Amino acid sequence: MSSSSLLALAATIALPVLALSLAATAWRVVRGPTLADRVLALDMLTAIAIGFMAVFSILTGYSLYIDIAIALGLVGFLATVAFARFILTRPGRKLPDTPPDRPRPNRPGQRRRRA
Amino acid sequence: MNTLIFRTIAPFLAALMLVFSVFVLLRGHNEPGGGFIGGLIAASAFAIQGLAQGVSAVRRALKMDPLGIAAIGLLLSALAGFLPFLGAMPFMTGLWIDLNLVADTVPVSSVMLFDIGVYLVVAGTVTAIALALEEKETD
Repeated sequence: MSSSSLLALAATIALPVLALSLAATAWRVVRGPTLADRVLALDMLTAIAIGFMAVFSILTGYSLYIDIAIALGLVGFLATVAFARFILTRPGRKLPDTPPDRPRPNRPGQRRRRA
Repeated sequence: MNTLIFRTIAPFLAALMLVFSVFVLLRGHNEPGGGFIGGLIAASAFAIQGLAQGVSAVRRALKMDPLGIAAIGLLLSALAGFLPFLGAMPFMTGLWIDLNLVADTVPVSSVMLFDIGVYLVVAGTVTAIALALEEKETD
């Protein structure tokens, strides 16, 4: 089996696998019990779309799709970060007043803890 | 956002996105790409930096107001449009110069000047919007 036909076979197998994972992720977006599940599923959808573009560019020979995949890979996680920030600052959730990696100041009446 | 991973990765990622945005801008003459999409990628780089390190750090790194960058871009684009008037040609005629560098000749055009202007306008405007939104959130 030549390398090009092996590549074409791998791409042909990859397409239905990607389609299946796309369906499963879409189900998680619809079903997801919490908002965080849905946000992670949307991030996963971006990753699967990148995979689709890569496989499509291998099958058709359009190298242009690789550039779109790079751009999507760079920008795609921005939405996830923004969503994470939105979840953090949503009303009803108490924000920690100090960053977790900094030692908290000892309040009077609080037992002294080792940092 | 106080996660260590994000704060560490964000500067590298923003730098990578800025380089990629310039690549998209310069390639845009003959292939897909161009000033608009390049400006959007640059603006998302600044947005990521703003999410990771705070808006004031980005404003300090930019050294000028994002809308000032947009104004410079608008000036460049208008200049590229009016440049052909010097040679009594119609508005926005493409002018080409073959720049002789050490090893190669590089064709430089007023079209590219216009595209760089578009890049700066889009990057400045979208960065201004993103930074204003991020500032509002932290109040």
